Amino acid sequence: MSFDQNAFLIIFTASLISISCGLLGVFMMLRKMSMTGDAISHAVLPGIVIGFFVSGSQRGLEVVIGAGILGILATLLIDWLKNKAKVQLDASIGITFTLLFAIGIILINMLAYKVDLDQECVLYGEIAYLPIDLWITDAGFSMGPRITYLAVLNLVLVSAFIFLLYKELKLTSFDENFGLVIGLPAGAINLALMSMVSYTTVSSFEAVGAILVVALLVVPPATAFLWTKKLTSLIKLTCGLGIFIALAGYYAAYLVDSSIAGMMVAVGGIIFLGSAAIKGIRPNWAFGTSTPGKPLEI
Amino acid sequence: MSDFVYFFTFQDASIAFVVIGITLLGIGSAYVGTYSFLDKKALLGDAISHAVLPGICLGFMLAGEKNPLYIVTGAFLSGALATFLTSWLKSKTQLSDDAIIASILSIFFGFGVVLLTVIQKSGNPEMAGLNQFIFGNAIAILEEDLYIYGGLAVLIIITLTVFRKEFSMLVFNADFGKSIGYPMGTIRLIFNVLMILAVVIGIQAIGVVLMAALLITPGAAARFWTDRLGKLLLIAGAFSAVSGVIGTYISFVIPQMPTGPWVVVCLSMFALISFLFAPKKGVLARYIARRHYLKKTHQDHLLKLIYHGIESGKQNFPIEEIYQSFPYRKRETKHTIDELIKTDLLTINQGFIDFTSKGKSEAKRIVRLHRLWELYLNEYMNIAPDHVHDSAEKLEHILTPELEALLENRLNYPKLDPHQETIPRDNDEL
Repeated sequence: MSFDQNAFLIIFTASLISISCGLLGVFMMLRKMSMTGDAISHAVLPGIVIGFFVSGSQRGLEVVIGAGILGILATLLIDWLKNKAKVQLDASIGITFTLLFAIGIILINMLAYKVDLDQECVLYGEIAYLPIDLWITDAGFSMGPRITYLAVLNLVLVSAFIFLLYKELKLTSFDENFGLVIGLPAGAINLALMSMVSYTTVSSFEAVGAILVVALLVVPPATAFLWTKKLTSLIKLTCGLGIFIALAGYYAAYLVDSSIAGMMVAVGGIIFLGSAAIKGIRPNWAFGTSTPGKPLEI
Repeated sequence: MSDFVYFFTFQDASIAFVVIGITLLGIGSAYVGTYSFLDKKALLGDAISHAVLPGICLGFMLAGEKNPLYIVTGAFLSGALATFLTSWLKSKTQLSDDAIIASILSIFFGFGVVLLTVIQKSGNPEMAGLNQFIFGNAIAILEEDLYIYGGLAVLIIITLTVFRKEFSMLVFNADFGKSIGYPMGTIRLIFNVLMILAVVIGIQAIGVVLMAALLITPGAAARFWTDRLGKLLLIAGAFSAVSGVIGTYISFVIPQMPTGPWVVVCLSMFALISFLFAPKKGVLARYIARRHYLKKTHQDHLLKLIYHGIESGKQNFPIEEIYQSFPYRKRETKHTIDELIKTDLLTINQGFIDFTSKGKSEAKRIVRLHRLWELYLNEYMNIAPDHVHDSAEKLEHILTPELEALLENRLNYPKLDPHQETIPRDNDEL
């Protein structure tokens, strides 16, 4: 296969998105908040629609702000249901995201004639159109695909966030109470992480869709977790997997002519289930008198 | 308004069918969902409802049209595979529950999207019907669909009713069931089958993404109204059926509206109302009860303070001295004193506070309960006298007259508490 610039751009952007998601996903998984990530990615929908309606385009800053607000609102609503109304955690998550998602779908249908936004675009996204969606300056000069810029910006912000708050994130993920005792604002760090997740969801939804963002948040870290027990190698492995998923997903989608984002998730799923099978199915004699599994090292 | 009358008088047979269908389906999924909510596995329903998408697509591809039988079978099989994988991953890996559920959910949905786009590109004209499975359209339920979906819903309701004892055991104490010889593995298997069936029958009316709400929300909302399983199931079923009918009505009046989101919004409104206003467990009721209790304890502490003063030989109580005993709580203390004067427990005379006779016996009662409890802990629990005060400080507010009589009887009407202080009786002189 000769070098194809469009293919390169799509794979490059998809890798950027899956690395950003994976980096955040590692911490979400360690905090046992993977389902909160799922909830946020569903819950930003009304924010996207309202932002879209206010600004009249997908490119508006309003979309990012609207989705960010909704993401934080969802986190707060889950916390409120759990702590104040004493609903058990799984039910609070389930109620919050279904309600917000339902409101989003209703808004899309009500505003269907006023905004150019259909539910399939939000839900599944389409990265294949990336090379034709160009960022054109006022002078009429084409700067290249717009979504790639968004993905670069997102990755820079996520990396900066994790690099700057690495110590704090690590500590509060493993032992929140200790973090509180030595004076870390664990609640604020948590909210900051959730805001980053909402922002990442918004900036990626055009490319991979709101629901498949969840897969990129959860599956690579979960796969990496099966292979390693060290945080630094967990992060490296997650990034590597992200790139591989983008690459393999693109060519698999090319072969059967289907959604690239869906195929990326499918490839990720196969790797995940394969890893689980290799790690999970061990003959009984392998357990024997071997040393018991060590707890997660930092 | 004419729409309203037309819809609810069921002149149109197809509307009657749809309403029957959505009611049965709502009750069925609410029943299953309530059990899984009590089992603290609510999110498994979410995973299953996303995971049926590839099955629906495969069923569609095999049948080449929207055949309910193929679609239900396909959806059931892929839901079953997802459930199996979830429990397999849980037993074989160290991943946490939420990571497993989120992974399975998104992987299956991803596969579903791949198949959906493949179908889209194949240009099958029946494709348009498939989108209804994502967001649901109850109005599109046909009579022959209804026999399958309605029949399955009835099957779920009957199974859950007949084997209520077994399923309650599974949810509340599976180990106990195992130890008295019930086949808990089989019961769990049947329960999972019912749960997948509940999701499968809902996809046409509610859609795969939002089906989770029909499983989770009714049970969670009904839990705020009762502690009895029978009532819980009835209330959950009612919430869900009413929301289903309202959702159907809205998508009947506004044709391009999908049904699912409106059903979910209605259900969530029921849930939020329950969380806020339910008697006893609602946020508001608990707030009021807490305020009431805090007021009561402060009153008790105030009466006790004056009693202790008189006991140690003090003659008069300037109000300022009482304020100083409760630092930083002057306003609250003033309010409490006003209240006590109003209920005729205290009198105030030129800034000096004194008991009325009613107030004196109330103060005696609190001190008596405090000291009786201290003595009880000391004698029966063998707790050292210097460790009993804190517990008594809490229990003095909540011991009932019956418990008081029991304590008196058990301790044989004692005179002194472990700190050698008199236990005051009603006719004792202070």
